[in-house]
Amino acid sequence: MSKELIRLSDCVMSYDGDVVLDHINLYINDREFLTLLGPSGCGKTTTLRIIGGFLSPTAGDVFFDGVRINDVPPHKRAVNTVFQKYALFPHLNVYENVAFGLRIPRAETVERDGKAASRKVKLSKQEIHNRVMEMLEVVNLKGFERRSVSALSGGQQQRVAIARALVNRPKVLLLDEPLGALDMRLRKDMQGELKRIQREMGITFIYVTHDQEEALAMSDTVVVMDQGKIQQIGTPEDIYNEPKNAFVADFIGESNILDGVMRADGVVEIFNRRFPCLDKGFAPDEPVDVVIRPEDVDIVDPGSGQLRGTVTAVTFKGVHYDTIVDFYGFKWLIQTTDFCPAGSDIGIQIDPDGIHVMRKSQYSGLFGDYSSYSEEYEEIGDADYVPDGEEDGHEA
Amino acid sequence: MKKQRRVGSRLFMALVFLFLYAPILLMVVFSFNAGNSNAVWQGFSLRWYEALFQDRSIMGSVYTTLLVSLLATLVATVAGTFAAVGLYSMRRRRRNALLAVNNIPMTNADIVTGVSLCLLFVAVFGFWNQFAANYRFTLNLFGTVYRITFPQLSLGFGTMLIAHITFNIPYVILSVGPKLRQMDGNLVDAARDLGCTWMGAFFKVILPEIKPGIISGALIAFTMSVDDFVISYFTAGTSVSTLAMEIYGMARRRISPEINAISTLLFVVVLALLAFHNIRESRAQRAAARRTY
Repeated sequence: MSKELIRLSDCVMSYDGDVVLDHINLYINDREFLTLLGPSGCGKTTTLRIIGGFLSPTAGDVFFDGVRINDVPPHKRAVNTVFQKYALFPHLNVYENVAFGLRIPRAETVERDGKAASRKVKLSKQEIHNRVMEMLEVVNLKGFERRSVSALSGGQQQRVAIARALVNRPKVLLLDEPLGALDMRLRKDMQGELKRIQREMGITFIYVTHDQEEALAMSDTVVVMDQGKIQQIGTPEDIYNEPKNAFVADFIGESNILDGVMRADGVVEIFNRRFPCLDKGFAPDEPVDVVIRPEDVDIVDPGSGQLRGTVTAVTFKGVHYDTIVDFYGFKWLIQTTDFCPAGSDIGIQIDPDGIHVMRKSQYSGLFGDYSSYSEEYEEIGDADYVPDGEEDGHEA
Repeated sequence: MKKQRRVGSRLFMALVFLFLYAPILLMVVFSFNAGNSNAVWQGFSLRWYEALFQDRSIMGSVYTTLLVSLLATLVATVAGTFAAVGLYSMRRRRRNALLAVNNIPMTNADIVTGVSLCLLFVAVFGFWNQFAANYRFTLNLFGTVYRITFPQLSLGFGTMLIAHITFNIPYVILSVGPKLRQMDGNLVDAARDLGCTWMGAFFKVILPEIKPGIISGALIAFTMSVDDFVISYFTAGTSVSTLAMEIYGMARRRISPEINAISTLLFVVVLALLAFHNIRESRAQRAAARRTY
């Protein structure tokens, strides 16, 4: 079991009475890849800036290795950041950008006559050179030393930003939507690259993103946030398979979220029909939200299924068909390899482990119906991400 | 019909330039006149320029002008740069309000600025001089008696310098501001993240980014200072005079062709500064265009 490195304890952040972070409690282990995931404005960037030292929480404490660091300025923290849109220094070339942190003398405690004393330590030219070149090799940018950073592509700038942060050998690397400005292909490549770098260097990554796929693919732990609150913390599998509430279920992947009533342990009632499930521990007849993932639904003959509905729309997606089915006026999304034409009657069968029951929350009834399916899909498919300034609490 | 219109518009152009530049051209030509007249050409000569360099009061005023301009530019550039950095780290609404206040002195009539500064100095000095005249005391330090008196103050080089700094600062802020706005706000955070203190980040990251703005601000400030007559006139008192004030004084006494010579020189200096500034600016623009492919 790895040890705890960073702890946020009851952190509150508010600007002029606006609560941006609402009692955040979070710990991060050494060598963990942790992702803060949520829609823009949810407070994830604010959380990252608190850890980086650019913001001080209005209330609550931040601990690093057990030491309270609320008032430690950024340049004295063993943490480095990869900023949104990279923030490379335009007047310096690739080499000088990476060497920037190494050229600054650092205070180091040294043992002198049996007493601990602090003195400024400057790295030798040779050591700086070695470390910069080594880091450029890690990020596959050898041969680019003399290039101007503004002449690089987005992916290359991204690598320079990572090298510039990692060359200082931080204990923790903070990444603020680092792949937000890249196109789809490059994003996928960089995801693998980042994962490889994290493994090779053996350091903690705290990663901020609004892209759930990215979060699931890369993280050891995912922290789902919304409206300044942590909604759920867990492994990617936990988050996907056992979402805590309707917000998490909707934000992570596709899901049909239905009103149900828990009739007994392992029995949930939807549309006045009882379904066997694996969930336990609810009060008798407790109203609940039920999540059914589109890929967990099997299409069968109309007569033999648990429910009977009418197909209203079909979209071919390559691997499967997105099929929208109307059950008593509630539209479901079903992902299936069987083609069912629009207008046909079908039956469905759901295995007990395909049903996940959640307690009611403030998010109940907001998500999970696919009546406005086409518009929603366009929204998700929109690659142009607009990073929002107000999350930082100050305008550019 | 079409041709006629073209001739008409060209004639209009010619007239505009004639009215703009004929006076200056006349001045430049007659500064090389051998005779005393401003109307009759009597042959080429450099005698007025020679006379100029032998005229002690004119040379003194050139020295005063250069000194006040350089000092005012230096102080105003440093103060204006830091002011701009401060303004641009504020929230938008407060910043815009303060920038509006910053712009007022630039649109304000020079005469108003001059008179109001003059009034301020006179009022403050009035209080001070009264205080200085009435309060004097002695200090006994280790057996030696020091008699301490406060000096009487009056308008002079110092007040003129303060006035020049005052009217130069807005120009520096105005020219540094856009560079700060173009700068990625995360750059300072990135520098601090990599180990810089705020001051370190200022010198290593902000300064290189806004340097073009600072230099053009300094050039504008220097030009404004060399150029200024009205504000200097009201704040310099009687002991010092700038070149512009000297020329004004000469013109009131007698119209001497020396005026043509000194005015020509002033014109050339200001023109050269402006040209230098514009060339730098267009070069920077071309370089920026290259940088973004």
